[in-house]
Amino acid sequence: MDTLANLAMGFGVALTPYTLFLAFCGCFLGTIIGALPGLGPSNGVAILIPLAFALGLDATQALVLLTSVYYGTMYGGRISSILLNIPGDEPAMMTTLDGFPMARQGRAGDALVISGVASFTGSFLSTVGLVVIAPILASIAYLFGPAEYFALYLLAFATLGGMTSNNQAKSAFAACLGLGLAMIGLDNSTGLPRYTGGNLHLMDGIDFLVAIVGLFAIAEIFIFIESHGRNSAIGVTLGKLTIPWGDLKATFGTMMRSTGLGFVAGVLPGAGASLGSFMAYMAEKSYVGAKGNFGKGDPRGVAAPEAGNNAAAGGAMVPMLTLGVPGSGTTAVMLALLMTLNITPGPLLFKEQPEIVWGLIASLFIANIVLLIMNVPMVKLFVKILMVPAWVLMPMVTMVSFVGIFSLTGSYFDMLLMIAFGVLGYILRKLDVPTVPVILGILLGGQMEDALRRAMVISNGDWTFLFSTPIAVGLWAFAVLGFLAPMFLRKMLKRPPVPDSANED
Amino acid sequence: MKFTLLKALGTSAVLALSATSSAWATECIAPADAGGGWDFTCRQIGKLLYDLKLVDQPVQVTNMAGAGGGVAYTHIVSDRNEDADLIVAASSATTTRLAQNAYAGMAADQVRWVGAIGGDPGVIVVAKDSPFQTLGDLVEAIKADPTSVTFAGGSAAGGFDHLKPLMVLKSAGFTDFAQVKYIGMDGGAEAITQTIGGFTQAMTGDMSEISGFIKSGDVRALAVLTAEPVPGFEEIPTAKSQGFDVEVVNWRGLYVPRGISDDQFNAWAEKLQTVADSAEWKQVMADNGLAPFTKVGADFQGWIDQVIADTTTLSKEIGVIQ
Repeated sequence: MDTLANLAMGFGVALTPYTLFLAFCGCFLGTIIGALPGLGPSNGVAILIPLAFALGLDATQALVLLTSVYYGTMYGGRISSILLNIPGDEPAMMTTLDGFPMARQGRAGDALVISGVASFTGSFLSTVGLVVIAPILASIAYLFGPAEYFALYLLAFATLGGMTSNNQAKSAFAACLGLGLAMIGLDNSTGLPRYTGGNLHLMDGIDFLVAIVGLFAIAEIFIFIESHGRNSAIGVTLGKLTIPWGDLKATFGTMMRSTGLGFVAGVLPGAGASLGSFMAYMAEKSYVGAKGNFGKGDPRGVAAPEAGNNAAAGGAMVPMLTLGVPGSGTTAVMLALLMTLNITPGPLLFKEQPEIVWGLIASLFIANIVLLIMNVPMVKLFVKILMVPAWVLMPMVTMVSFVGIFSLTGSYFDMLLMIAFGVLGYILRKLDVPTVPVILGILLGGQMEDALRRAMVISNGDWTFLFSTPIAVGLWAFAVLGFLAPMFLRKMLKRPPVPDSANED
Repeated sequence: MKFTLLKALGTSAVLALSATSSAWATECIAPADAGGGWDFTCRQIGKLLYDLKLVDQPVQVTNMAGAGGGVAYTHIVSDRNEDADLIVAASSATTTRLAQNAYAGMAADQVRWVGAIGGDPGVIVVAKDSPFQTLGDLVEAIKADPTSVTFAGGSAAGGFDHLKPLMVLKSAGFTDFAQVKYIGMDGGAEAITQTIGGFTQAMTGDMSEISGFIKSGDVRALAVLTAEPVPGFEEIPTAKSQGFDVEVVNWRGLYVPRGISDDQFNAWAEKLQTVADSAEWKQVMADNGLAPFTKVGADFQGWIDQVIADTTTLSKEIGVIQ
């Protein structure tokens, strides 16, 4: 009952006409920022921080504006994933796998609606989760030490093999490429630079946004130029927009399962939305098994990552508010904003500044409702932005890619790096090597290495430390299972059709 | 169609505005992304400079992230050496990296150090159920078996958080630094959760990072590394009162380009001193857990030289540099 009273107070704080207006603006801007490749949630929020100060917003209003932008980008990222095969931001990467094939089959509208509803389900339920179990969940972070994190990342990589149906060796190659790139930069465990060639710009490692925009957007432009638009994603058209009730019903279970997984991934500090959407997709794929049509336009392949990444976005709020530990890059920026507003997130925030916390939670609910309305009935508006003729859209994608990356670092070097990734992406596509594992390697590889190195420091180099807790052992078991299961399953699933075809002969 | 293009233009205009600076206003470069300590320094000092009418235009804050401040440092030395309208946020991390030669060969005398006007006191904390009751207990345990204690901190190995416990140990006569275990987490809060979770035995960080956890009782501070107890946290004993002569404060301050005239430098020093003396700044410090730590002008330059020399020696001893 206490919770409900608090929530009512939160709505009292958040439901003024001005804050509602801010929420609306934030959602709109967020969706656009999310949809434009190169502009992701973390720079979207970072760009708007000075604006929040310039407008002289108080703490609650600033939070409402920025959380709306944050949630908005999480919704918006899927639009370009589906229509252009270019993820609008990194968590939307998995959505390209089935979203774009659906668009190719003329089901772009269905994919947009399904993913919109999945996004809503994920973020709405995770906000409920935030309200109900935030204080309890906070203690999960205390259970995860270096050994547990290492096992968690290992689990993510172990399931990678089954990601692309055509050639597992190629996904493994792509993942190794990403892991190698993740080595570049300052080594956290010794404080020494690696593979930087003395270049200052490489000291912080490769920003994965630079890699994503290069590998997807710039590579797409090269493909477009080469094929004069024939083989390119740019220019896919959107048919009439109807609500695919059947698909929504069929994907309901998917959304629920993915929301659960995504929320947990979000709560773990450092794992974040990308891991959430990846785990949700892979889990759903193995749950459905060979009956699914994953990678070729299965609606469940669109619903799972979107529910997963939006749930993770909500989940990431839990450690940020209760521990002051950002669960993702974007919550790190929001944490910074809170500190500038003289609010120190931590174990006492719920007790000391309830009006801020509950105002924020109420604004998350409001943002979700606004976003559902914007992203399902009004999705055409955003689609129009991406639906202009290719000769307009292509220069625009190029421009936004460059401006977006420049706004992130203000560095000329990163633009060159992005072009280099574009060339790499083009070559990989020509060789039919998937690019998603490359990004995952860069994104999670560095963290996985850090976890392993920390575990070795703590245990004085004793490798049995990696299996020293029940959580770690459990994660290892799943990892081994996830790695081996596809091999055996494939054998078992392949066998029955053989006699069938033999009989026909 | 028109609508679409306007959208794109609008977005890029916002981006362009945030990336460029106007020629006439003072610019403060925060060598990191929005958020963080350097951004805070620029925004707060910049706001007070304007509010106290020390500059005529609002101060423009530019975020120039990269290489822990190295990208901004090289930019200022090579491209902005004579810009008198430019101030740059700095802290202990800046001098630590300079001392470790992490700015691509740049040296500390290639800029002028205006001053520090506040500091975040260094602290060493343990989980509430830790067997260590005093800083002495912890030091004795490490002396007996250096591998029995792992420190977690918010900076990479060799960074400022790593150096803090080493300085304490040095003052107690322990110098086998390579044996002392440290893991670098992404920020102080993560280091705290690892310590509360029992994965590491102690956490080394700044006062502002731990204040919430101290109040909630999840951690105990063994010592604060300042000369006097910190206001608001008087119950935390200083390292000095426990017999360890160490003072480590993560100071917040500014540097300016080398090539400006002495008059221009003195003008900045005077302005910074005015900010430091203002009631508004004292409020900002109180709100953000900063302790008084004012060194402005010529004093500061001499102090910086000493800090860098000390850090270089210590870094060589732990093997971060040769």
